[in-house]
Amino acid sequence: MATPLVVSEVAKSFTMHLRGGVRLPVMSNVAFSVKAGECLVLGGPSGIGKSSLLKMVYGNYGVDSGQILIDHDGRLVDLAAADPRTVLAVRRVTLGYVSQFLRTVPRVAAVDVVAEPLTARGIDAAEAGARAQEMLARLNLPRELWQLPPATFSGGEQQRVNIARGFITDHRILLLDEPTASLDAKNRAVVVGMIAEKKAAGVALLGIFHDEDVRERVADHIVDVSAFSPRKAAA
Amino acid sequence: MTDAPLLKVRDISKFYGARIGCRNVSFDLWPGEVLAIVGESGSGKTTLLNCLATRLSPSSGSVDYRMRDGKLCNLSRMSEAERRFLMRTDWGFVHQNPADGLRMAVSAGANVGERLMAVGERHYGNIRATAGNWLGRVEIGIDRIDDQPRDFSGGMRQRLQIARNLVTAPRLVFMDEPTGGLDVSVQARLLDLLRGLVQDLGLSALIVTHDLAVARLLSHRMMVMKDGVVIEQGLTDRVLDDPREAYTQLLVSSILQV
Amino acid sequence: MNTANLATYNFAYLDEQTKRMIRRAILKAIAIPGYQVPFASREMPMPYGWGTGGVQVTAAILGPDDVLKVIDQGADDTTNAVSIRAFFQKVASVAVTTRTGEATIIQTRHRIPEEKLKPGQTLVYQVPIPEPLRFLEPRETETRKMHALEEYGLMHVKLYEDIARNGHIATTYAYPVKVEGRYVMDPSPTPKFDNPKMHRSEALQLFGAGREKRIYAVPPHTEVVSLDFEDHPFEIQSFENPCALCGAENVYLDEVVLDDKGGRMFVCSDTDHCEQRCASGHRGSLAYDGEIVR
Repeated sequence: MATPLVVSEVAKSFTMHLRGGVRLPVMSNVAFSVKAGECLVLGGPSGIGKSSLLKMVYGNYGVDSGQILIDHDGRLVDLAAADPRTVLAVRRVTLGYVSQFLRTVPRVAAVDVVAEPLTARGIDAAEAGARAQEMLARLNLPRELWQLPPATFSGGEQQRVNIARGFITDHRILLLDEPTASLDAKNRAVVVGMIAEKKAAGVALLGIFHDEDVRERVADHIVDVSAFSPRKAAA
Repeated sequence: MTDAPLLKVRDISKFYGARIGCRNVSFDLWPGEVLAIVGESGSGKTTLLNCLATRLSPSSGSVDYRMRDGKLCNLSRMSEAERRFLMRTDWGFVHQNPADGLRMAVSAGANVGERLMAVGERHYGNIRATAGNWLGRVEIGIDRIDDQPRDFSGGMRQRLQIARNLVTAPRLVFMDEPTGGLDVSVQARLLDLLRGLVQDLGLSALIVTHDLAVARLLSHRMMVMKDGVVIEQGLTDRVLDDPREAYTQLLVSSILQV
Repeated sequence: MNTANLATYNFAYLDEQTKRMIRRAILKAIAIPGYQVPFASREMPMPYGWGTGGVQVTAAILGPDDVLKVIDQGADDTTNAVSIRAFFQKVASVAVTTRTGEATIIQTRHRIPEEKLKPGQTLVYQVPIPEPLRFLEPRETETRKMHALEEYGLMHVKLYEDIARNGHIATTYAYPVKVEGRYVMDPSPTPKFDNPKMHRSEALQLFGAGREKRIYAVPPHTEVVSLDFEDHPFEIQSFENPCALCGAENVYLDEVVLDDKGGRMFVCSDTDHCEQRCASGHRGSLAYDGEIVR
């Protein structure tokens, strides 16, 4: 079986047209890979570009050069060069993402937000709903919130909806952007348990964890992102 | 999404005399895909939409559409009869101003039922039941089925227009600023409704909008137009979160944060 | 005054070039049943709405040997009928009649005679608005396109609205028909009671709209089907009682108010039909057996 995620020779810069076209190099020579059943953690000081790197891997940020190779449905897809349709297919089937903040959609109930990745993959609504409820229960989201749209939830509640949505599928690669940032110790432990289960199931995980305790417990390797940052040279 | 594009657009240009409406636009639209065309007023996005929907004839270029039997047809070579048939069965067109897309002096039920009657449905009871069902889907009370749209609010009219377009289960829907002219809370409701319908029905859609929030919520992919030319295109979240072109960056940075 | 040397009217009022132009339009209309043919409608010595279209069609097809009958709402003796009949007597010196069976040309406003028409007879309708789609689509460019492309869904929208508002198709006159499976046509404001008489009629039916400058036709033996829904089929009006004068059933009746205390009777709208039945001894409930003073 191919390595699920291989990133090599990736470079990225932002051109700030509104600031007179200043070109800001963000990353160069990024290279790492994540094996099945392994959790790779992106480390380094804040502001070094960890979140940007995660967004590049997800296709949310474009890259200037290099490859982001993903084992999708038995073939290798270079996400850095793929057309939008392919990126969407990869996200639907292979590549999951738990962002730091939930982008809420008006009028959609929490349980439906969580079930949506399953229904998008053709699983029927009743089964998807049942599994969504299981996830929410496990993350201790109060039952009375399940049928409400998450827009008015607290940060921690929204985060748990977000985690439930990200973990409900069997995506073979999962990107985690500080999933435990606004959680209490009890729920942090639940998430650590869920990550362990994903690893046992052979999922490749790539994440950012500021909480050292969580990082210790989930990380198999840590990549220091400052190694790819041009700013390190300047500092 | 199947393996053949629904719409193939190649080098579409439209000139109004020496003035450019749009120039050299090419793209493919796939089944189930929603493409947003964004840009400021006068950027050519509505001209492009009208060229694609055969409401304008382009100065050059070609648009091919995959019919239900899988055959690819050049729209400009179709007879007017075929084109009009396509427009009232397999396509929908949602106008910014609902009065342009509705019959204002005809009841809501008949507005929705018209397309069914146009394709030969001749059972009053069935037509009325289907119309009632669609009014429900767009959240218009069944007790309004015999009221005329002129008695409806702007948001209701727009929802009625959507129901009228979707009743024949079209595969492609063109929308020109579908939420323009509505106040914000009404917009949110309409957007959510559209998002749900597009998802449930697996519609392909081309949405012209100047509102990036509409594009983010509804579309998979977007094209940014300026002065008649597509200057940037790609995955919607990529274009909005990592805009490359100066104009796109300006657009994105001009959004008011609440 | 000696009038012998003064110019008289050209036969049937219109000049020969105009008649030729109208005949060409009529021929085209016959060739395309139900299709509205534009023609250069002339000013006639009567106002629009009084049958200028019908009169021009009649003038164009009238010959010296024709026998003309003119009816208005079924009656030979109403103003419109009397004046048009007198007009052609004056300008064409043709024979006139009130007997349906004897006429070769019958000009009508709002009725088809009860007596079945025969081969060789021509029925000329006076038409106020020839376009059946106008109610819902005011643009003439668009309705023409809809006819050309057979887009007739809109016609059913009108019937749908009827049922939605009234529980049944409430259109009782000018009830739209489809001619020979192709064109949707307005049969002029005749009661829908008469629609079935148009179907496979042995007579030629010509329609003239003077103000709107359109002529259309239904040739003999042509299929004329009234539009409807499967669950709301087309039905003609029915009357509870027979004609109060001649006792006829299955004919179209007019209401006649008798006094200011609610008294009324229903009598044949087709006066010729009624008179002939009375003459042959039929009697209704209110028939008057004394001498009829006219």
